[in-house]
Amino acid sequence: MSTLAPNLTRGTKKNKGKYLFLQILKVAILILADAAIGWFLSQLISNGFYPFSIAIFIIAVAVNIILLVKKLFPLRWAVTGLVLMGLFTIYPILFTVWVSFTNYGEGHLVTKQQAMDQILARKYLPEEGAAYEYTAFKSADGDFALWLINPDGDGFLAKPGEPLSQLQEGEAGVGTINADGIPESIEGYKKLSIFEALADQNLPEIQFGTADEAIQIRKEKPGEAAQLVPKYEYDPDMDVVVDLETGVVYQNLRGDFVSSSGQELKPGFSATIGLTNFKRFFTSPALRGPLLRIVTWNFSFAILSLLLNFALGLFIAVLYNEPGFPLKKLIQTLLIIPYTIPALLTILVWRGMLNPEVGVISETLKALFGWAPRWFSDQWWAKVAILLINLWLSYPYFMLVCSGSLQSISHDYYDAAEVDGASGWQRFWHITMPLLLVAVGPLLISSFVFNFNNFNLIYIFNGGNPPIAGSPTPAGHTDILISYVYNLAYAGQEGGMDYGFAAAITIVIFFIVGTITLLQFRFTGMWEEVSENV
Amino acid sequence: MSNKQKRTQKHASKSLSRKASIGFRLLIALVLIIFAIFPILWVVSASFNPTGSLATQKLIPRNPGLGNYRELMAGEYPFWRWFGNSVYISAISAVGSLAITTVAAYGFSRFRYRGRKTMLKAIFLIQVFPTLLALVATFLMISQIGEVIPALGLGTHAALILIYLGGSMGINIWLMKGYIDTIPRDIDESAMVEGASSWKIFTKLILPLLRPILIVIAIINYIGTYGEFILASLLLKDAQKYTLMVGLQRFAAAQMDQRWGVFAAGALIGGLPIMIIYLILQDQIIGGLTVGAVKG
Repeated sequence: MSTLAPNLTRGTKKNKGKYLFLQILKVAILILADAAIGWFLSQLISNGFYPFSIAIFIIAVAVNIILLVKKLFPLRWAVTGLVLMGLFTIYPILFTVWVSFTNYGEGHLVTKQQAMDQILARKYLPEEGAAYEYTAFKSADGDFALWLINPDGDGFLAKPGEPLSQLQEGEAGVGTINADGIPESIEGYKKLSIFEALADQNLPEIQFGTADEAIQIRKEKPGEAAQLVPKYEYDPDMDVVVDLETGVVYQNLRGDFVSSSGQELKPGFSATIGLTNFKRFFTSPALRGPLLRIVTWNFSFAILSLLLNFALGLFIAVLYNEPGFPLKKLIQTLLIIPYTIPALLTILVWRGMLNPEVGVISETLKALFGWAPRWFSDQWWAKVAILLINLWLSYPYFMLVCSGSLQSISHDYYDAAEVDGASGWQRFWHITMPLLLVAVGPLLISSFVFNFNNFNLIYIFNGGNPPIAGSPTPAGHTDILISYVYNLAYAGQEGGMDYGFAAAITIVIFFIVGTITLLQFRFTGMWEEVSENV
Repeated sequence: MSNKQKRTQKHASKSLSRKASIGFRLLIALVLIIFAIFPILWVVSASFNPTGSLATQKLIPRNPGLGNYRELMAGEYPFWRWFGNSVYISAISAVGSLAITTVAAYGFSRFRYRGRKTMLKAIFLIQVFPTLLALVATFLMISQIGEVIPALGLGTHAALILIYLGGSMGINIWLMKGYIDTIPRDIDESAMVEGASSWKIFTKLILPLLRPILIVIAIINYIGTYGEFILASLLLKDAQKYTLMVGLQRFAAAQMDQRWGVFAAGALIGGLPIMIIYLILQDQIIGGLTVGAVKG
């Protein structure tokens, strides 16, 4: 094993000083970084982002250990990469798992504590509260103040956001107090007549005094202001919220406080709801129709794409594989062009060319046959279009891969086969294909996985349209699972953002992809290869 | 007929059929090439079509002109801003990713310690999963970070770059480690004997040897990030901050039919540089690509 700092072993005084300085600098930077992370963590926790806080904490501890424990110095090389990987690859995967067991989404975005804070902050005016007679004052800026007189005849000045203060004549700008106990003037304010006060639209909405002792004008009883009292009370033993005004009890039903008559208190909060999202995926009758279509098309699309793209790529590779074939390089260069341009751009171009009214392909077909497929509104033609575009996008990849592999197949096999009198077709099926499949097998599988989640193509070409009629959440005939997930999480019109359900479907996709990958490892010996190479 | 005669006859017919076969195959090549490049020719033609709409386009436009390009430059859409955003985001991501992963890969390649193999295998397994799948979680995480540090939140390039960096770690560490493994360790050891530190060996000896492959991987990364759409479209909401892909997609979604010519001009300016890089470096890029997964 090498040593990290060989210059230390050759320690001249200068080097030693430099080393010490670097060590101190290192520790100082680490302390500063830890302080920053500590602040970041405290902010995250106060916002209620617990899973992310845990992730940050674990990563921070790991980094500290790696940087401080001398034995772990080889890991210091990788520490930046590992942190980035942990944050942006591993944590999102784990967080997806977590979200899939919750109801996180529109209406359930906050924590239970935050939801309760909002609910419990609500006030109402009780029939018999601490009642005052009031007189309204208004400043030049439009700010209001109230002069309140309680049943005992004491006078108070109330301003929004400030505690009530009991004042006598002459204190804090209060002018002469008349026989009714009302000051004639307050400094900076103009006294409003009772009619002016009643006519003012804003006045009844304003809360005077502080949140603990909020005074509001009662619309029902002119001339009276009263103290607001909390509308809801939380009972931690029963985990219920009670409406103090009506007496209705709201039960905690995993994410919402719900009354016996089914009324919900807004906002709901995010809560773990067990396997509900997964049950919905597998058993909801309303979703079954659309989901079954989507899953079927998802598999058909990935398999058909793979077969078509591979077949065309292989066909071209075999056709021009021969050494010394005329114009070979030129043909190959022209044929890989579709692969060299960002797919997003070419998908958009295809969308334009297939435009049913004015696109060149539709136009040409109409001119030739008097008819053109409805590429966007008919589900089957939309599927054909998607397969066609994907063929155009991906055959060059297989062409390149196959021609590379074909060149590496030894000629001895073919010579031997020729001696045995095998036909060209036999040679292809019994020599070329098996050897080729060994070489490109892993690439075929990763291509399948790629197409299984080929979001860009679907989303950009037609957004999964045409829509499936009667689906409870937005879904289209050409949607694949990942684009359906995207609709669930972000489409946001009908179903709203349903992150929990979206995450659950993501987990299902994880399992499909994971199973295929495991099979790949199993049958191609790829894992052994990986294990040898580490 | 003697055997010899038979053979020459066979040869003669063979060379004839070979010629026919080559001709036939060239014919097929022509058909395939038309299929391959027709969309590209169509865009080129559209970009010079003076009327600019999808409906009026012919393959060879009447009165070709630069009107669409002028309209693009006129600045009604922040096209150059988008292009600049894409260029610099991809550049930072590619160079940053390479810098971080090369250092990491060197550590994994040259030092031996317990847990190293497990860790490498774990990295391999993690990078197999498509990062696209954790989309929702990534989005939520960025929005949570943004609540605390707005400069790293939704709508910022910094957040996007971080996600790109994070997503490229696994595969690039593996790729780079593979290349560094091919450099004999004797080189390190002899330098070590002379008292060079590991960092010095890495920067002065190993990096220069890696330069060719580093350039190729940087370009592959660059092209991948440049063409990335979904994360950018999810994160960036302000039109001034769009990448080129997001900007052109939004533009096309809004008014593809009427402004087809302008879109075509934008797509060409955005797509051609990548195509040219690709075609020039064909062999190197293909070598690098087939090691990794399919282009995204």
